Amino acid sequence: MSEKIIEVKDLQKWFPVRRSIGQLLRGEHRYVKAVDGISFSIKRGEIFGLVGESGCGKTTTGKLIMKLLEPTGGVMLLDGKDVTHIEKEELKKYRRNVQMIFQDPYASMNPRFKIRDVMEEPLIIHKLGEDREERLKMIEKALKEVKLNPPDEFLVRYPHMLSGGQRQRAATARTLLLNPELLVADEPVSMIDLSTRAEILHMMKEVQRDLGLTYLYITHDLSTARYFTDRIAVMYLGKIIEMGDPDNVIDRPVHPYTRALIAAVCEPVAGKVNKAKIVPIKGEIPSAANIPKGCRFHPRCPYAKSECIEQEEPKLQEIENGHLHACRRWKEVIEESRV
Amino acid sequence: MDKILTVENLKLYYYTSKGVVKAVDDISFSLKKGETLGLVGESGCGKTTTGFALLKMPTPPGRLAGGKIEVDKIDITPLSETEMRRNIRWEKISMVFQGAMNTLTPVYTIGKQMLETLQEHREMDREEARKRIEKYLNLVGLSADVVKRYPHELSGGMKQRIAIATALFLEPKVIICDEPTTALDVIVQAQIINLLKDLKEKLDLSFIFITHDLATEAEVSDRIAVMYAGKIAEIGTNEQIYGEKGPCHPYTRNLLAATPRLHEKVSTLSFIPGAPPDLLEPPSGCRFHPRCPVVMDRCKQEEPPLIEIEKEHMVACWRCKK
Repeated sequence: MSEKIIEVKDLQKWFPVRRSIGQLLRGEHRYVKAVDGISFSIKRGEIFGLVGESGCGKTTTGKLIMKLLEPTGGVMLLDGKDVTHIEKEELKKYRRNVQMIFQDPYASMNPRFKIRDVMEEPLIIHKLGEDREERLKMIEKALKEVKLNPPDEFLVRYPHMLSGGQRQRAATARTLLLNPELLVADEPVSMIDLSTRAEILHMMKEVQRDLGLTYLYITHDLSTARYFTDRIAVMYLGKIIEMGDPDNVIDRPVHPYTRALIAAVCEPVAGKVNKAKIVPIKGEIPSAANIPKGCRFHPRCPYAKSECIEQEEPKLQEIENGHLHACRRWKEVIEESRV
Repeated sequence: MDKILTVENLKLYYYTSKGVVKAVDDISFSLKKGETLGLVGESGCGKTTTGFALLKMPTPPGRLAGGKIEVDKIDITPLSETEMRRNIRWEKISMVFQGAMNTLTPVYTIGKQMLETLQEHREMDREEARKRIEKYLNLVGLSADVVKRYPHELSGGMKQRIAIATALFLEPKVIICDEPTTALDVIVQAQIINLLKDLKEKLDLSFIFITHDLATEAEVSDRIAVMYAGKIAEIGTNEQIYGEKGPCHPYTRNLLAATPRLHEKVSTLSFIPGAPPDLLEPPSGCRFHPRCPVVMDRCKQEEPPLIEIEKEHMVACWRCKK
């Protein structure tokens, strides 16, 4: 077993855009470059956070990792084995190892199924458990794992009889049944009330520690990412622009985009009500069908110089132990912010 | 300071086949001129219902079951639906609904939809209306040519700005904003927060800002009312809630502790066990007692009144004293 559970190199997902007759005749191709060449690896037992605004490609990345989408380019390795293009039996095996917790616990369960049936289905599909009794035992064990106690009480309930938090617990239990190694959690708490959000994250962390799981945590919420993850990657328009451990990325951000994101977050402290929030960058995220030349952040960047537009896109570079960023003018950015 | 809105003993009940759901149960508060009052709480605590009650348009089977609402020194409680529509709603008090940016019709241009709202209320020729639309679009930071665009051509932030412009149209004094930043990205969120602060100053408005997020509330509201199960649990100034001393009600304290902070690395976040009660049968005594970490015997039997523990700081908890 390698230390890296999953590794992606230069992963791409381009969606073709419908073309006009003129474009068809001229043979022009247009793409929405949702994920445009990203590389990262997740260590065994690590919680890796992928953060960014909507439209930055974080969910598409999650779907690529889940193999719900075929990548346009790049390589994916699971446990050192190439899994970029796999089919049928191999794919089924892959899906047992890599499971997903969805955003909406209200939509991810069939309302006509009791929790028992919701949970039994994946076991049947993957032919686990000899008979119903054995499967029930496995389900009960998984429910205990996520602290839905006593399990037999929950088995006979329908999803609507559970609160949002309990549903997300049951959804997590369902993914645990297949003994996955990697869990992709796409905004698992964004639809849950603030008071229970911490409870769910806490449960997910406990399960991770008990079972030695690895998470890919996808979110737009920097505050929960700070609390929950071991490492954070910030995405902008299909690229990772900064990556490192949360202390570095959040307390000592380098890239102007990360800086802007962090400045914009609201914090529950006094004395902010009479001040305007500082929003150092202009406008909104551009369309991924029309990615700016040079550094893709330059149209919104307060530090952009002609070199950022004319020269090719900056690559991720290391500043200190594992803290990477993709900004050509990083020295000036740090210097200017100090003044 | 002058009060622009006062609410006394407001009750809004839903009369369902299973019984009466007391969604808003006897709440009183006031809004000063030029102030932003925050309404926070978990989902199902009655924040949005309170917003609708202030406009006197409860969603059926809901009905106003008592209380008095005064807007700009006019008692609106006895007014008929026609009078409300003609003189109060949008003229005195308006609302930016939750998910307002998704309520635009996809088949009409923005201009047509805005014109419709305007002409419903005022007799105005096209030229005058066009000028007014332009003025308000500029106020919310949009250029006048968005009138020709369709909703799908605009981003979430732009649509939210249009919803705000539409609420401002008829120069109301009070604006209720229901989760205006919730579905937006952080940077756009910050832009909208700045816009609301800017408008408040420029147009001398007063806001009621409804959200579930205590962190957003800290940035926008001068005073904050915390609701729990249809009641106000605590109400205080920004400093009293977020300052060093912190709030007094155990619910507010726990809710605040469950809010993650960006620049503080904590190993565990606290949370509130359980869920808000079913309002068909609210718990006896203090409604928070089944989830309260510092519950006493008295809390289970007697409901604590909302009392002032210091100037402008009111709490409904037996443990909080002057």
